[in-house]
Amino acid sequence: MPLPPLQEAYSGQVHAITLGGGTRKTTVTIGGAKTVVYGGPREACGAKPAIAIDVLDAAPEEWPPVLAQAYGNVLGDPAAWAKKAVEELGADLVCVRFDGIHPDKGNRGADHAVAVTEKVLKAVGVPLILWGCGNDEKDNAVMPKVSQAAKGEKAVLASVTQDNYRSLTATALADGHFLVAQAPLDINIAKQVNIFVSDMGFPLDRLIMFQTTGALGYGMEYVYSVQERERLAALAGDKLMALPVVCDVGSEAWRAKEAKASADEAPAWGDAARRGPIWEATTAIALLQSGVDLVRLRHPSAVATVKAYVESLWS
Amino acid sequence: MIAIGERINGMFTDVKQAIVDKNPRPIVELAHRQTEAGASYLDINVGTAAADQESVIKWLVETVQAAVETPLCLDSQKPAVIRAGLAVCDTSRGVLLNSSPLSKKSDPEVLSKYVAMALESKGSLITLTMNAEGVPQNVDRRVEMAAEILTKCLELGLTPDRLFVDPIILPVNVPGAQQQPTSILAAIDQIKLMSDPSPHITMGLSNLSQGTAQRSLINRTFLAMAIGHGCDSAIVDVLDTALVDVVATAEMLMNKQIYSDSFLKAYRSISGAQR
Repeated sequence: MPLPPLQEAYSGQVHAITLGGGTRKTTVTIGGAKTVVYGGPREACGAKPAIAIDVLDAAPEEWPPVLAQAYGNVLGDPAAWAKKAVEELGADLVCVRFDGIHPDKGNRGADHAVAVTEKVLKAVGVPLILWGCGNDEKDNAVMPKVSQAAKGEKAVLASVTQDNYRSLTATALADGHFLVAQAPLDINIAKQVNIFVSDMGFPLDRLIMFQTTGALGYGMEYVYSVQERERLAALAGDKLMALPVVCDVGSEAWRAKEAKASADEAPAWGDAARRGPIWEATTAIALLQSGVDLVRLRHPSAVATVKAYVESLWS
Repeated sequence: MIAIGERINGMFTDVKQAIVDKNPRPIVELAHRQTEAGASYLDINVGTAAADQESVIKWLVETVQAAVETPLCLDSQKPAVIRAGLAVCDTSRGVLLNSSPLSKKSDPEVLSKYVAMALESKGSLITLTMNAEGVPQNVDRRVEMAAEILTKCLELGLTPDRLFVDPIILPVNVPGAQQQPTSILAAIDQIKLMSDPSPHITMGLSNLSQGTAQRSLINRTFLAMAIGHGCDSAIVDVLDTALVDVVATAEMLMNKQIYSDSFLKAYRSISGAQR
């Protein structure tokens, strides 16, 4: 009896999507994998993972010194911050995170958010991610105006959840943006959000999945296995799961005490200036190995480490 | 689940009438409805309506493929009828040939003929675990025939991913046939172990409930059981909503589809060809 050929054949693939348009000078393509992570030929691996650097709409009040010092005086100036992220640090995208509109963090209004969006659009030519504050009511009031301010730029609007998706989905649809569908570390809810959003007529090939990211030491292994299952479902031909994936590494990693504790608080843990960025970079690299297409980062050293890692694998 | 829509078959009176009248409308309508219901393939069987089966299958193939994109499953026990259908079939969409036994009294080499046509059309082939002596009554003989079929197909170059094995279901109310469903499940278990990837397992499900009360219930209950044993295809009435719901649920429980609260809808949103 002849031996049948051994082959791993997958019927599906992750959508490849190209972010950025309108006045953007560059575009970024993510997704497109036709195989398990680093498991097949180079051409089946899809696009190189992309790095977005977080730019906050207002100066952060609670950032650990190691992180805040890395940005110095641009912290209160989103346009200058974005310029630094792109020109000095080499960000593929800028993620404007509108923390400052949160009721507990300044409760700024739509005018502020729109002004920040316009300034950042002028300051840099890379595609933008426009990420709300996480308060449903405030996001529904402010983010549609942010979306309109960036109409035609093919930005990424974040995020919609199982309980709050209608307003942002309609806005992203009207303004031609991509959309981040968020689930609380739950693959079943991820699929459900995708179904809800696509039921509103939003094309699946403009969606990006987001599982609220845990950091190294704080449940990251759950994120890792959810990402793995999402990739396998996409490869098995599940169109509702064949979407690129984003992770919020920066804010999660820097919430860990291992990243932010000062040398006085934890003398045995080594140099705080190196420890935090290592924590962030390690979290990001582990998640890239689970199949993440886009990571949001914060510390310049972590960005450099992750960039070098990606380049070493993809060049 | 590779669901093969069974309705375009001259054994059904509406299809038979349409063939006699050369009226494409009922055929086109069945093609559309089965496609919308998620059929992966549409079975095309000329039945007994006309003497010239070769020209009828050509007409059916042309009528259906002009109406829908769904790949076809050409269904005849006569190689010449399949060949006639293939001559006009757009096989670039994929095609399934239905079906060949291991051997026949009148044609000991029948399997080779079907395999050759499957290879030529870059399609797949349904084979039946029966030979010149008929349908086996026990598990071992079914498995043995499946092994012979698999070996023959591999020798001729048809890989297991393009081979469907139909272990043949008889109506459950035929005298002496009531032990067959369990034999079939036991046979499926063993056939799935023969190669990796294993051949697909398919079955003409509606045959099981011929002449019974509660046809749909019997069909869908057995299909759920068979899916649990690794059956991944069936020739079914895809218009039976309750049956498709059972397939979606069984596949979800087998971890083939990721659960979501809208899993029935999610199953249907994936077009038949992608399952």
